[in-house]
Amino acid sequence: MTTAATSGPMATTSAVAGTDGRKTVTTLREHIIDIISDSGEGAQRCGQSLGAIAARTGNGVWTVEIIPAEIQPPARSIAGASGNRIRLGSRRITNGGDEADLVVAFNEQVLLGRVRAGELKPGCIVLLESAWREDDNPEIAASYAGTCRDLLTAGYRLYEIPMEQECLEIVDDPRRGKNMFVLGMLCNIYSLDLQLARDQVARTFRKKAADVIESNVKLLEAGHSWAEQHLDFKFAIPAAPVTEPQIVINGNTAVALGVLASGMEICAMYPITPATSASHYLSEIFERVGGVVHQAEDEIAACAFAVGASYAGKCAVTITSGPGYSLKQEVLGLAVMGEIPLVVVNVQRGGPSTGQPTKAEQGDLLAAIFGSHGDAPKVVMAASTIEDCFYSVIAARRIAETFNTVVVVLSDANLATAQTPFPRPQFDEAWVAPPVDQSAVPRGLKPYSWDARTGLARRFIPGQPGGTHTLTGLAHDQNSAVAYDPELNQQGIRARSLKLAAFQRTLAPPPVFGGETGDLLVIGWGSTRGAIEEAVEGLRAEGRRVSSMHLRFLQPLAPGIKEIMQRFKRVMTIEGNWCDRADEEIIDESNRRYAAVAMLLRARYLIDVDCWSEVRGQPIKPGSVRRAILERLDRP
Amino acid sequence: MSEQATMTNGATACLLRMYDEQHEIEDYQKGVPRWCTGCGDNAILAAVQRLCRDEGLRPEKTVFVSGIGCSSRLPHYMNTYGFHGLHGRALPVAEGIRMVRPDLAVFVNTGDGDCFSIGAAHWVHAVRYNMNLTVMVHDNQVYGLTKMQVSPTSPRGLKTNTTPLGAHLNPLQPLTVTLGVQNVSFVAQAVDWIPEVLYEIVRAAYHHRGLSFIRIVQRCPEFMPGALDPWVRDPQRVLILRHERGLKLSPALAQIYRNQLEHDPSNIHRAREIASTPDPIPVGILYHNPDAPCYEDLRRNMDQRTTDMIRRGLEAEFDKFTITSHGS
Repeated sequence: MTTAATSGPMATTSAVAGTDGRKTVTTLREHIIDIISDSGEGAQRCGQSLGAIAARTGNGVWTVEIIPAEIQPPARSIAGASGNRIRLGSRRITNGGDEADLVVAFNEQVLLGRVRAGELKPGCIVLLESAWREDDNPEIAASYAGTCRDLLTAGYRLYEIPMEQECLEIVDDPRRGKNMFVLGMLCNIYSLDLQLARDQVARTFRKKAADVIESNVKLLEAGHSWAEQHLDFKFAIPAAPVTEPQIVINGNTAVALGVLASGMEICAMYPITPATSASHYLSEIFERVGGVVHQAEDEIAACAFAVGASYAGKCAVTITSGPGYSLKQEVLGLAVMGEIPLVVVNVQRGGPSTGQPTKAEQGDLLAAIFGSHGDAPKVVMAASTIEDCFYSVIAARRIAETFNTVVVVLSDANLATAQTPFPRPQFDEAWVAPPVDQSAVPRGLKPYSWDARTGLARRFIPGQPGGTHTLTGLAHDQNSAVAYDPELNQQGIRARSLKLAAFQRTLAPPPVFGGETGDLLVIGWGSTRGAIEEAVEGLRAEGRRVSSMHLRFLQPLAPGIKEIMQRFKRVMTIEGNWCDRADEEIIDESNRRYAAVAMLLRARYLIDVDCWSEVRGQPIKPGSVRRAILERLDRP
Repeated sequence: MSEQATMTNGATACLLRMYDEQHEIEDYQKGVPRWCTGCGDNAILAAVQRLCRDEGLRPEKTVFVSGIGCSSRLPHYMNTYGFHGLHGRALPVAEGIRMVRPDLAVFVNTGDGDCFSIGAAHWVHAVRYNMNLTVMVHDNQVYGLTKMQVSPTSPRGLKTNTTPLGAHLNPLQPLTVTLGVQNVSFVAQAVDWIPEVLYEIVRAAYHHRGLSFIRIVQRCPEFMPGALDPWVRDPQRVLILRHERGLKLSPALAQIYRNQLEHDPSNIHRAREIASTPDPIPVGILYHNPDAPCYEDLRRNMDQRTTDMIRRGLEAEFDKFTITSHGS
């Protein structure tokens, strides 16, 4: 992966002319590109366009949004960096990777933010807007010059590029066009097809006037030829042609499409980051296909509205993030108690409390499993890829309606905004919810005629003749009458618990990635899958005996997990939630708090499961996973 | 089968169906209410059971939704579908039911604590959504099920377990709040001790298409014994709002309740004035606007939805996001 181009620091203070257009093209297996600007300068559009062009070329692509927490952060601020990371490869890419190989920055301040966060590889190529050197404000000019000196001293390969000046040849306001100039440069740098890029620009601006498309194509071409003439390097990332149609979407779009595909027609929600964009998109498609996104007055009302719709026969979904999930807990307990099917999507963010709204974390698992008061068993599953976000929602609706229970689908901020291609789904009629059952209830059947073995009972829906009863959140008997007899509460809780076991019996053991036996088994769940498997694959290539297993169902746990764990000398989880480090001065076995899944596995299987986790708000990097694994493997 | 036989069978089936759909009060009754003797909830239960019979509501097409509190036990005594849910959350549950099921009659029974305190946010927004629901607030001005705590409508000075020196604040006026919400369409007030009028108001509310809000002032003989006696005993302390498009009083009742006011329920300004004068207790329809838009009418768009439409909708979305290989 390392190449001559990134192997050593090489200083330039202005771009060098190419050698009459014949440059050495360095072939790469993959590269990570960060494009960052002030908010509103279009770096995100540039990054997404680059990703789309590369994907069309047949490259593996993963794009991650770099999002400031505020809508309009001050210009030129370290915390205000907005943009995209694009990881391109010859093979399929499953995560955002480690540090950047090449960064394009529209000013030196947003760049500093990334440098300080450790997001640049040593010797990283930096393409920086040079207009600031001549800025009227002497402080800005001085800051710029100082940063350039520091970057060079630190060994970065800096290219100062007069992007603004070049764009002014084509448009009046370079702030509105620089991103397409940069896209052109990057297409040249990565040897991407210029015609493909022109098509992409036309697609991006398809809703705009023809002259807008024209000027953006001009900017693109200008960037392309500028890079060709002035830069002394060029890369190529060989691509394998795509054989089957792929779609490129982010996790929240996948969730919304899953809702549509599942046949659910009610989504009740309340705005919350990072979940809301799923409902935005769903609102749009429901307008065309039919369906209601109800923005309720609060999270509780959203959940209660969904429960009302489900009770009346149309299984509904509520989509939220951590704080909203906390608020819904009482209603979820009611749905469990009344045995009302319901799908809840929790796009996790950093917590506790308001925490880190735009950042990724896996901190809500235990709240999802154990959150409501009393014994409220529900199914909890986690999407591990963007594609999985789509299929998980479809599966969740079917499980909810088959077992008359609540199904929680966990996603997170990492999957929510990242994009990658995956095979275009083939529609299956079985995905879609059946029409509301209005058949008469057979004489003698009770609203909770719990099957003695499985706890399952027919779902009673208003409109069914012979089914009148009052559903209640109070302990109740099989007739749904308030239970005053102590034995009845015992019976009801048993039945609701058995349903989870009945569901668990339908699950297959999770597949193992790598070898079936070995020195270490790494267990993960949710969005860390790509990073964990990449690290495991790399270490196995080096001869290390490590495998991984990713859990789709967290409650109930699939059968066969214990047997898999027993085939390995050690087991550890890697998670994006908190665990105490075992080497802290006051931490020992009697007080160490384990990561969520490690705790669940230890409790269920009586196996010594270790854990490594981090809660930096960033997707866990394959390099971090690799270091954590090596540290465990090398421990005596 | 001869044509005549078919006709005869058709007529018989029709008669049988009429017989089937003819219901007695007993058909809507279930169990023995566990409310205290003299509790106003009993009067409300009797009124809704009578309404179900008179309107010929099919039990399986009728849902009573409630929250938590003495009031909210009502669905358990109805032989219809019922949803006895969470404290404060009856309204959003009923809204969810209404959104997907226009074919059902949906009633909400809630109390002063349930609706005006823990569920206050839902109350205001439900009035604004104006979904087709008949909402009865059983307002006894005290928390009963939890054993006597102050409620938002408790009179100032009421000694309760959480206000041993007396309630500190003046009571909230539910009618003025409701009438202040944009898109309000039906507001009425009844008292449990004039059952005939209570029934007439519930009936008018049922026939209104939109959210009909009825505050029912009721007695709690257990925790506020005699508190409403001055109003119960003195007909002059009840102000009957009558109108040809509102409440019409029977001659017998008109003899007793002589404190009457001709009030046009389309006049919201006058309604607000009446609402802000709680004594004598106004009884009748304060406001009625049959033309206020219902949220479900604005939003429901899925009646024609088919699996094929879902498939086509999905494929159209996939098309937008599909990439095909360069050159292919």
